[in-house]
Amino acid sequence: MSGHDSKYFSTTKKGEIPELKEELNSQYKDKRKDAVKKVIAAMTVGKDVSSLFTDVVNCMQTENLELKKLVYLYLINYAKSQPDLAILAVNTFVKDSQDPNPLIRSLAVRTMGCIRVDKITEYLCDPLQRCLKDDDPYVRKTAAICVAKLYDINAELVEDRGFLEALKDLISDNNPMVVANAVAALAEIQETSSRPIFEITSHTLSKLLTALNECTEWGQVFILDALSKYKAADAREAENIVERVTPRLQHANCAVVLSAVKMILQQMELITSPDVVRNLCKKMAPPLVTLLSAEPEIQYVALRNINLIVQRRPTILAHEIKVFFCKYNDPIYVKMEKLEIMIKLASDRNIDQVLLEFKEYATEVDVDFVRKAVRAIGRCAIKLERAAERCISVLLELIKIKVNYVVQEAIIVIKDIFRRYPNTLSIHSPLSYESIIATLCESLDTLDEPEAKASMIWIIGEYAERIDNADELLESFLESFPEEPAQVQLQLLTATVKLFLKKPTEGPQQMIQVVLNNATVETDNPDLRDRAYIYWRLLSTDPEAAKDVVLAEKPVISDDSNQLEQSLLDDLLANIATLSSVYHKPPEAFVTRVKTAQRTEEDDYPDGSETGYSESPSHAVDSIASPPATSSNTPQAVGRQPAAAPVPDLLGDLMGLDSDNNSNNAIVPVDEPTIPAGPTLPVVLPASTGQGLQISAQLVRRDGQIFYSLLFENNSQIPLDGFMIQFNKNTFGLAAAGPLQVPQLLPGTSARNLLPMVLFQNVASGPPNTLLQVAVKNNQQPVWYFSDKVSLLVFFTEDGRMERATFLETWKSLPDSNEVSKDFPGIVMNSVEATLDRLAASNMFFIAKRKHADQEVLYLSAKIPRGFPFLIELTAVIGVPGLKCAIKTPSPEMAPLFFESIETLLKS
Amino acid sequence: MAGAASALFLLDIKGRVLVWRDYRGDVSSVQAERFFTKLIEKEGDAGSQDPVGYDDGVTYMFVQHNNVYLMTASRQNCNAASLLLFLHRVVDVFKHYFEELEEESLRDNFVVVYELLDEMMDFGYPQYTEAKILSEFIKTNAYRMEVAQRPPMAVTNAVSWRSEGIQYKKNEVFLDVVESVNILVNSNGQIIRSDVVGALKMRTYLSGMPECKLGLNDRVLLEAQGRSTKGKAIDLDDIKFHQCVRLARFENDRTISFIPPDGSFDLMTYRLSTQVKPLIWVEAQIERHSRSRMEIVVKARSQYKERSTATNVEIELPVPADATNPNIRTSMGSASYAPENDALLWKIKSFPGGKEYMLRAELTLPSIVAEEAAPERKAPIRVKFEIPYFTVSGIQVRYLKIIEKSGYQALPWVRYITMAGEYELRLV
Repeated sequence: MSGHDSKYFSTTKKGEIPELKEELNSQYKDKRKDAVKKVIAAMTVGKDVSSLFTDVVNCMQTENLELKKLVYLYLINYAKSQPDLAILAVNTFVKDSQDPNPLIRSLAVRTMGCIRVDKITEYLCDPLQRCLKDDDPYVRKTAAICVAKLYDINAELVEDRGFLEALKDLISDNNPMVVANAVAALAEIQETSSRPIFEITSHTLSKLLTALNECTEWGQVFILDALSKYKAADAREAENIVERVTPRLQHANCAVVLSAVKMILQQMELITSPDVVRNLCKKMAPPLVTLLSAEPEIQYVALRNINLIVQRRPTILAHEIKVFFCKYNDPIYVKMEKLEIMIKLASDRNIDQVLLEFKEYATEVDVDFVRKAVRAIGRCAIKLERAAERCISVLLELIKIKVNYVVQEAIIVIKDIFRRYPNTLSIHSPLSYESIIATLCESLDTLDEPEAKASMIWIIGEYAERIDNADELLESFLESFPEEPAQVQLQLLTATVKLFLKKPTEGPQQMIQVVLNNATVETDNPDLRDRAYIYWRLLSTDPEAAKDVVLAEKPVISDDSNQLEQSLLDDLLANIATLSSVYHKPPEAFVTRVKTAQRTEEDDYPDGSETGYSESPSHAVDSIASPPATSSNTPQAVGRQPAAAPVPDLLGDLMGLDSDNNSNNAIVPVDEPTIPAGPTLPVVLPASTGQGLQISAQLVRRDGQIFYSLLFENNSQIPLDGFMIQFNKNTFGLAAAGPLQVPQLLPGTSARNLLPMVLFQNVASGPPNTLLQVAVKNNQQPVWYFSDKVSLLVFFTEDGRMERATFLETWKSLPDSNEVSKDFPGIVMNSVEATLDRLAASNMFFIAKRKHADQEVLYLSAKIPRGFPFLIELTAVIGVPGLKCAIKTPSPEMAPLFFESIETLLKS
Repeated sequence: MAGAASALFLLDIKGRVLVWRDYRGDVSSVQAERFFTKLIEKEGDAGSQDPVGYDDGVTYMFVQHNNVYLMTASRQNCNAASLLLFLHRVVDVFKHYFEELEEESLRDNFVVVYELLDEMMDFGYPQYTEAKILSEFIKTNAYRMEVAQRPPMAVTNAVSWRSEGIQYKKNEVFLDVVESVNILVNSNGQIIRSDVVGALKMRTYLSGMPECKLGLNDRVLLEAQGRSTKGKAIDLDDIKFHQCVRLARFENDRTISFIPPDGSFDLMTYRLSTQVKPLIWVEAQIERHSRSRMEIVVKARSQYKERSTATNVEIELPVPADATNPNIRTSMGSASYAPENDALLWKIKSFPGGKEYMLRAELTLPSIVAEEAAPERKAPIRVKFEIPYFTVSGIQVRYLKIIEKSGYQALPWVRYITMAGEYELRLV
């Protein structure tokens, strides 16, 4: 049955469009049809054939169904770009909607609904009205969906013309397919409307349950999804509903099964009889297990859902853990999800078998999977007290294999286990803390990941009194102290203090001097410095108090990292089988479809031309060119003075150790869609440092407001969320004007953000510098620190223009000591105009110009907030390298910063 | 909860759009192409990526078939299970139409592809995916379209999988009971998972609208009917039926009644998780002599009754990637080295029950590896086989009644076969 349509893709030497035009107007039917096919082929490969609109539409009146379909397809694609010509098609559409052939009638309404041109929509109403009452169910089912299409384009029209009532009538249609489509259409309309449009009464419920038995598999999904919103009046009604839905669990279509599961789970909430509930759980288990024999993509969706289901009803699959054991050929994304569920189902009864599996996985080749398997062992240890020792033995066996990343992961995990059981591992066991630590120490030299290093150091500090050579071990790290990442430095500092407090001998005393010196004088990291000072002060004033603080008993941790909050879980369970249940996020977090009214501006479909990418509709208005101050993403910036960002205690919060109580901080992560694509930003935190998280950032000025433009790219294997940002004290007192709003970043995705900034919030004393130290944290990773360079340019305000007279006056009034100049031998000024344009773009305003020999001398003014003016004199010979820049300003200490910025600006 | 796809894309192996159908006008092909090419660039292979991805407000879901990716884009909270399954069904429909779905066949048939995409999905909602019925009114042979077509009744009927007026001279039904044995044995020789997935595959050549009733030796049913179930009855864990089976009726009285589609389909599938004795047991002993030579001794034992015989047995034994110069001897069948799979392939045409065969192989390992090299890929031993006239579960078709109003006699043919599914034994 193979076709030979590929011949239509070939091009001819002669101009293609004129040739096609000629063929489209041929007197021969076959030739016209071939020509339309060529047009569609061109459209398929992305060529713009919209100029043939009239010629193609002329072929519309045909008896040939295939040709008609092609012309319709063309119309769907190009009507939008040719709205005035599209009207030519209306007559044929209306005529076709009354054709004796039901295929053509439905084709006409279906296509008209797809053409989002107002002029066409107006004419759609009458045919749609007729088709909703058509004799043929095929036409009615198409018309039902068409109402939803029309509602999407023009909701008012749908309501005014009474289509909603007609659609509701279709719920009682005698044809199950029509009922199903009407349900789908109504459910969608309800979603976008705030008024109650589609309310399921017990009467509609029973009708729909009957239709369920007869409609196609896809229709069953529509109906089940809509019905899962129905709230039964009491337990009896709930039981009745469940009884009628359970047969769907036997359906071969996985989507039907999952939607049936959703509905049963919803109704089960109302059922009080424990017997009934137990029985239902028993009934649901086998179908859920069978989903794991489906195609891997479906398995993935099923596993994400099972993850939710076992959190609510752990008993359902309590005995089925074996089906989640990974198969050799499972795709990695299936394996990862299976592992997650295995942890959830692990119990004292099955832990031995589970550990054997984890051990097996920990020797596979996929590094991420291996790491996750090792972590899984740790999570089981934390969850099951009685199995903790067995878990540790497995981890120790894995360490002996000496695969570097396994060792490091195992050490991190053992640190967590120690935090969970600080002293309570059984004394009868051959495993003592000493022997475990001894095994860990064998791998000391191979550690190169910050988290593993930090964990090892934590263990040494915490158990210093039990380790004979703790001081030697720590000392070995001290040599490289300045080069270590912040995370490791902080742990080293604390561990050394712990060691000193536990063993106040000479060795540790010397070490503590070295560390404190390193951590206060030598470092730029404020967290480290502050913590070191606190320790120092404590140790020098009251060593006993230091003990109470540093060696205080720590709260015992528990593994709730993957437990969802009850209300969120409720929400997600109501959304089983949907994307929400796959993401484990409420729909609001990712649904970007907004009401049509806001979409009229949007004009995408570049169709081969380079008009650029269409932005998501909700952001169509705030693409980069338009003022971001009006953007919905930065509401803080609009209309009111930027509020001061609260400055939380740098010591406590950023370390993240006890960050659980930061709810009273204003830094609350809010999930919100992010800013669309923009210019490239310099990388400030490379993915290699950030465990896969890459951050690019730059300060920018837009419409009088300073923003920190950030790009987060998640190259790790885990979703990252709960992003927060904090700025260290800096010369300009730059701080965030509001919380950082970055949505959860799934692996492989990225998010942009324009963070509004305020000035003079936490001003650092000392000579001005351009250093901006930033800390970013999220819920999954350690805190990342990076430094950025502030360009003075972003501070130049829009009102920096001076009158000539004022300029001269100011120049004269400032003493000569305030004049600083610098030569830039590398900069060439090629044109005065271009240079001035460039300077003006950065709010440096041209005052005057004079010629001195062959030199051009330019005078400009600029202003930074709080009114400091900069008077600038630039001297250069056009086209010859070498530029002299002199400035006069009340704050000459800013001069180096100014020169740095202007150099970057003029060099680029 | 309501939600639907915005567009459906067919992409080539590099992630470029071949054909796409825009259903809602809120996702552009440029956008989708950008997402997908980025995805491929990152990993090289989209098959290892989560099949659900999010970028710039749009959720993409995709499946791969040959050198083509099928992908939906959506801005709503749509039903992920339904859309992904729909993509698989689209693959089935295209395969029915073009024999094979690949880049070339899409190009060769783009007109039909557009027509099908228009019929199978409307406004992003899956509508109709019965290939057989679709081909009654969407044809590849252009000239046949000259006859004004009507949608077949089946499209909107309660019986949406069968058209009326089918005629056969000889009315026949073929029923194959196929059981796949999945087993996972760990390196200690412990069976950690074993289950049987069975399928009743039917091929029907029946006239008119036949009413069928199938009787199995299902314990629940037989007990309900008060018959003795000694020894013969079986418990099926989870049964899934083709949409033609009346589920409510089955729920009521365990009767399997249906009007079948024309041609071949899976009437039902079932799963049995009772522990079964592995039908073919394989043990491998690997000895590494020095660093450069290894010896493998493999025993394969059949653990079913002597009157059954397994055919086309294939045992895949993983060997290190650098193995060379294999010297293999077998007591039965033939063995060869398949370097592309890093494995020895031992084929035994016929393997009667209660027998044991051996394989010995010597390999040289020329490469020198570091002391602490990362572990090698640890592939399990995999076994394939078929055992005709035998089922693990003991399932029996007791009757298949076919009643059509014209009153013809139809002949049902039943066949049983057991084969290896995912049959894996992990090496030490």
